[in-house]
Amino acid sequence: MLRIDSLTKRYKTGDKALNGVSFDVPAGQVVGLIGPSGAGKSTLIRCINRLVEPNAGRVLLNDSDITRLGRHDLRRARRRMGMIFQEYALVERLSVMENVLSGRLGYVPFWRSFLRRFPQSDVDKAFTLLARVGLSDHADKRASALSGGQRQRVGIARALEQDPELLLVDEPTASLDPKTARQIMRLICEVCRERNLPAIISLHDVLLAKMFVDRIIGLRAGEIVFDGAPSKLDAATLTEIYGEEDWTQMHDEADETAAHAAKAHDLEPSREERMAGLA
Amino acid sequence: MSTALAQGRPWRRPPLIRNPWLRWALYLGALAYLVAALNSIDVNWERVSEGLAQGWHFAQGFFVPDFLTRSRDIWRGMAESLTMTVTSTVVGCLISIPIALGAARNIAPLPVYVVCRGIIAVSRAFQEIIIAILFVAMFGFGPFAGFLTLSFATIGFLAKLLAEDIEDINAVQAEAIRATGANWWQVINYGIQPQVMPRLVGLSLYRLDINFRESAVIGIVGAGGVGATLNTAMQRYDYSTAGAILIMIIVIVLVAEYASSHLRKWVQ
Repeated sequence: MLRIDSLTKRYKTGDKALNGVSFDVPAGQVVGLIGPSGAGKSTLIRCINRLVEPNAGRVLLNDSDITRLGRHDLRRARRRMGMIFQEYALVERLSVMENVLSGRLGYVPFWRSFLRRFPQSDVDKAFTLLARVGLSDHADKRASALSGGQRQRVGIARALEQDPELLLVDEPTASLDPKTARQIMRLICEVCRERNLPAIISLHDVLLAKMFVDRIIGLRAGEIVFDGAPSKLDAATLTEIYGEEDWTQMHDEADETAAHAAKAHDLEPSREERMAGLA
Repeated sequence: MSTALAQGRPWRRPPLIRNPWLRWALYLGALAYLVAALNSIDVNWERVSEGLAQGWHFAQGFFVPDFLTRSRDIWRGMAESLTMTVTSTVVGCLISIPIALGAARNIAPLPVYVVCRGIIAVSRAFQEIIIAILFVAMFGFGPFAGFLTLSFATIGFLAKLLAEDIEDINAVQAEAIRATGANWWQVINYGIQPQVMPRLVGLSLYRLDINFRESAVIGIVGAGGVGATLNTAMQRYDYSTAGAILIMIIVIVLVAEYASSHLRKWVQ
């Protein structure tokens, strides 16, 4: 299905983000990508659809080499790869429906997308997806009017609207509270199973990765240091990936800090409130 | 222990310029220059007292505005100014948008960027009056020269500020659109346009405002509009008519200001 072959990326600053990374993903497998910040998780995901250009190596999607495609063919390849982003990356000022339909941009000519006259089949699909992610009533709201969890659901719908053969998911839960994070991860994994869709999901939360994915790849300094079933991930391998730490205590603490963060997020004052009393 | 040690330790905000000699030299130098500069302005008090009387005469005219005697000239001038303002703002904005796209480093290739930045620099380098004099010389007296002047000035203003807004967009949103396989035009339409639209509308309305005020100024050098009427009135020492025109300009600017701030709020 997807084959990554000795992929290497060196940034202009001289930092080597990826160093000969190779692995295969069979159809329908959900792969979790873990590793410390700067290990190259984001870079790896972006090299697959060439939002970041790799320096060497190959990316084979159904036997076509993505790294050798010209601009036009690259766009055709990108539309087969749905991407879900950290912090949602929705176009905030467009409506939910426009955001979902933007998943069809690679399929429709410019005049159609400019006039928002998408083929009826695309619109049908978008409504079905919105129902699937539980946002049927929000189609005409602005994306910025939704909560974090709802926005990420729109992000998922946008990616699925592309009819992808592969999902690339970059830290989907980075700014969500623990409960919403679990719901989002569950949703992503469910849709992958429904459609037998392979996915690569980078995660900073090891517990979340262990809970949901079929296979975990651990990156450190641009190299794969672990590749196996989530059950094989023990304290020793975590030390190998992240460095020395008391991994047995991780469980409760991670949840607690996340819960605190979530609470703080809910109570965040609005812009008006922040400036109230000044004038 | 460490808290006890920290007791009594003074703290001051570090000065901007560390070296005290350099700091004081700069302060004193600036002060000396200011005093010298003020001394170099010589004021002819006799002329001032004469001028004050004339100014008072003018102010009196202003307080007794005469809208009627020359009402036809005033209305014609106003209509001309408003036409110049609206047409030049629309044309200027339409031309600015592609130039702004070209002048945003994050979406334009380098050669296009250099050309578009060049156009903006030329447009911004010259003040409206200078351009108006040039266009009046080229196309003769009248509102057409004014229309060209204001359109040209609008390009420099709007394209520069819009290009800067495009450079400041949230790149992640545009990246997400790129990741769907969208082409360049679609990325602009979906990933960038929604983000800069409020600013574009706000700047266009602001420019409409500026263009109206400028239309009164460039009329003085012959580029038509109410400025020409105002100039004629002043030359005739007809301060009541001049006062009437000034009051109308103030009212229109106020209305435009109020309307545009409402519109901007509504757009956002």
